[in-house]
Amino acid sequence: MTRIPTRTHVTTTVNGDPVDFLADPRETLLDCLRDKLGLTGAKEGCGTGDCGACSVQLDGRLVCSCLVLGVEAEGREVKTIEGMAEGNDLHPLQAKFIEHAALQCGICTPGILVATEALLKKNPDPSEEEVRYWLAGNLCRCTGYDKIIRAVLATARDLREGV
Amino acid sequence: MALDNKTDFKYIGTRPERPDGLDKVTGKARYGADAYAPGMLHGAVVRSPHAHARIVRIDASKALALDGVKAVVTRADFAQDLEGEDWNLLENTIAGEKVLYDGHAVAGVAATSALIAKDAAKLVDVEYEVLPHVTDVDAAMAEGAPVLRDGAADHSVPDGLHPNVVRYTEFGRGDVEAGFAAADLVIERSFKTEAVHQGYIEPHACLAQLGTDGKGELWCCTQGHWFVRRMCAALLGLEATQLRVTASEIGGGFGGKTTVFIDPIALALSRKSGKPVKLVMSRSEVLKASGPTASASMDVKMGMTKDGKLTAATGTFRMQGGAFPGAPMDMTTMLAFSCYELDNVHHEGFDVMTNRPKQAAYRAPGAPMGAFAVESVFDELCEGLGLDPIDARLKNAVKEGTRSSFGPKYKAVGLIETLEAAKAHPHYSAPLAENTGRGIASGYWMNWGGETSVSLAIGEDGTVQVGVGTPDIGGSRASMALMAAETIGIPYENVRVNVVDTAALGVNEPTHGSRATYASGLATIEAAREAIGKLCQRAADKWGIDVDAVEWKDGAAHPSGPNAGDFEPLSIAEIAGEMGSTGGPITGHHDASPTGFGGSFGTHIVDVHVDPETGRSTVTRYTVIQDAGKAIHPDYVEGQFQGGAAQGIGWALNEEYIYGEDGRLQNDVFLDYRIPVASDLPMIDTVIVEVPNPGHPYGVRGVGETGITPPLPAIACAVSHATGHRMTRLPMSPPRVLRAIQGKGVS
Repeated sequence: MTRIPTRTHVTTTVNGDPVDFLADPRETLLDCLRDKLGLTGAKEGCGTGDCGACSVQLDGRLVCSCLVLGVEAEGREVKTIEGMAEGNDLHPLQAKFIEHAALQCGICTPGILVATEALLKKNPDPSEEEVRYWLAGNLCRCTGYDKIIRAVLATARDLREGV
Repeated sequence: MALDNKTDFKYIGTRPERPDGLDKVTGKARYGADAYAPGMLHGAVVRSPHAHARIVRIDASKALALDGVKAVVTRADFAQDLEGEDWNLLENTIAGEKVLYDGHAVAGVAATSALIAKDAAKLVDVEYEVLPHVTDVDAAMAEGAPVLRDGAADHSVPDGLHPNVVRYTEFGRGDVEAGFAAADLVIERSFKTEAVHQGYIEPHACLAQLGTDGKGELWCCTQGHWFVRRMCAALLGLEATQLRVTASEIGGGFGGKTTVFIDPIALALSRKSGKPVKLVMSRSEVLKASGPTASASMDVKMGMTKDGKLTAATGTFRMQGGAFPGAPMDMTTMLAFSCYELDNVHHEGFDVMTNRPKQAAYRAPGAPMGAFAVESVFDELCEGLGLDPIDARLKNAVKEGTRSSFGPKYKAVGLIETLEAAKAHPHYSAPLAENTGRGIASGYWMNWGGETSVSLAIGEDGTVQVGVGTPDIGGSRASMALMAAETIGIPYENVRVNVVDTAALGVNEPTHGSRATYASGLATIEAAREAIGKLCQRAADKWGIDVDAVEWKDGAAHPSGPNAGDFEPLSIAEIAGEMGSTGGPITGHHDASPTGFGGSFGTHIVDVHVDPETGRSTVTRYTVIQDAGKAIHPDYVEGQFQGGAAQGIGWALNEEYIYGEDGRLQNDVFLDYRIPVASDLPMIDTVIVEVPNPGHPYGVRGVGETGITPPLPAIACAVSHATGHRMTRLPMSPPRVLRAIQGKGVS
């Protein structure tokens, strides 16, 4: 049986850099980021949009990249965990997550950081409850969320106070 | 190895940043699915849609005809002469004559892309003859239940039991009938728990390369790569040391990554195709076909005097562990009554096969179920007799020298200390809101030592590298670095801990049994001490004095005794800088199967609000109190406590394997198999109790597993108190709690 997959040439921007790749229309943005661009920071925990480990920002909007097709990235701006630090300067959330031991195995960490960065942009002074509901789509099985929530609240406080 | 009487720790007990933190917050850390190889193929697995069926025929011709498909493997591509547990493992990895559960692997496919591999898997034509199935533990033991496999039972099973009962245990002491007769109150209850999954966020993933010369390389996410090596070598007919296994960073395991599921299939596909093969499970495959925990059906009877002393206890524990022997009834029976001093006690355990996936370890495997039953009955006794549940536990709590319910006498343990800390904690006396109940429970895990090998080498600048074989699943690199820094007397930052591959060390058991910080830590300390001995020798040689007259402190050799003050101290950097010309590299190494692991007791306090209209339970406050022996890095000890509690909350309230009448798993995605999310939980308060373990130089006890043992009963007691109905079935999902509130029972 011969099968020639039709692929689409996708031109997009990832973490500020122009990139292109060929995507089978069935391939998810997550697969394209990982397998075609070598950006393996976003993880597949479920493939159904339930765990948030693949969280990225698409034109500034938080999405599960497993629920976005690669071809949908055409002409858009994608931001992944790899684009969160400015060069070697960690984003304050990244630094605070290390300081607060807000990760154990670390597999959910990229998705949680991307999701939390989006939260703090929208709401620089979230309550504990707001952080918990915002992160309800990001599963963590190791920590019980306690140290994650504390790290987010501490970062928000520092950012507000200009620390 | 004996406890040092060291108390003035410089590094241990501090909270430095973990060495792998930067990689893990920037997305650089490489997990199981993050590896690629030149010429790599992608694999997919063909799985059974039936709970129980005979495989009549497998026709892969259409799949092989698809462009890009390079290999299809079936059972014929694996070792043919296996017996015992190796046969069980192979049969679970890839079905032989029969499929035994929904999702059981039948064949593997490798192709040039993941999409082609998935398409090809659908083209593998498998003809089944469907057989009757059974998925419930009680149903599987009943007369007339479908037989999974005749002859699977071992010698322990008494005559007359169903062939699905494959192991049996019975033990105890004293006179339980006399004990019950002496009680003022006797309570007997039956309990049931459903199977749950470890729920690690990272699905199983591997990248395999195996040649026809029998030499292979395997990259995989695992808690123990030597275990993977042994299992894969057996299933593929390889020599163990010809297969080099590298553990990736691991995205959670909780016991579920101590065995193999897809790694042997990837290796077989690689051997057949001559190319590297990457194989990654989907979430649905993880839930259907990895190793969830056992479900349980239990009867517990306990008697107590009116002043709170237990007089007797009996327990019958029927555990379902899937289509193979191995349900953890041994641990359930051993640990069920482990908190209490009992002269009259009796246990009975059944290991039962059903048409479900082969269970794997899950955090304190077997213990939470037994604790659920026993602690619930204990609570009901206290309620019936009007006793404070902590005071009553203190009356019966085991301590150093107590003979345990399973035989041996306890060494120094911290149950009483956790109970006293619970009683003193403000949570225990805080007022309760309406429709809210408070639950208390204690639990135990005995921990483990296991085969351990650690190598340490001094760099030419006086820094230190440590090679360990236990994958870092929650901060253990930090713990090892702290112990090495403390022992040698150098800054934490000067130690780099590496998790090395199977070619670099002798056999290491996995990061399981709460053993890594204990056993790899102990070996790290001993390896450091060996290196210190060599450093002192170099200094002695340089000074021309006896090595016994050299003392090591604060990272430097000092002349001591009669030579004290004769020479300037030599720092580790100074000695290391010259080591090439003073005798060569300086290293330390330690191999052991240490047996001084000390068990850890914990006591949890939980408040649960129950909505009387919907039956929904919400945990409003949670406090974990547990004995860590000595907390090396307190942040990660607290993290273990919090994580165990959160998993226990999920098990108690939400999580369950739901099998339909057709024997198929009904909830095979995270939307339906719902683990706790951030908005479900409160902050989880922790209290670290430190009763030093006499079997570790710095007093360490493993802390990983105990934390999941008390939550099930603590939460069940809280819900029972909130509703006025004794909850005896898990999960306490809203419909079940609502039925209880409405007086329609708890089943």
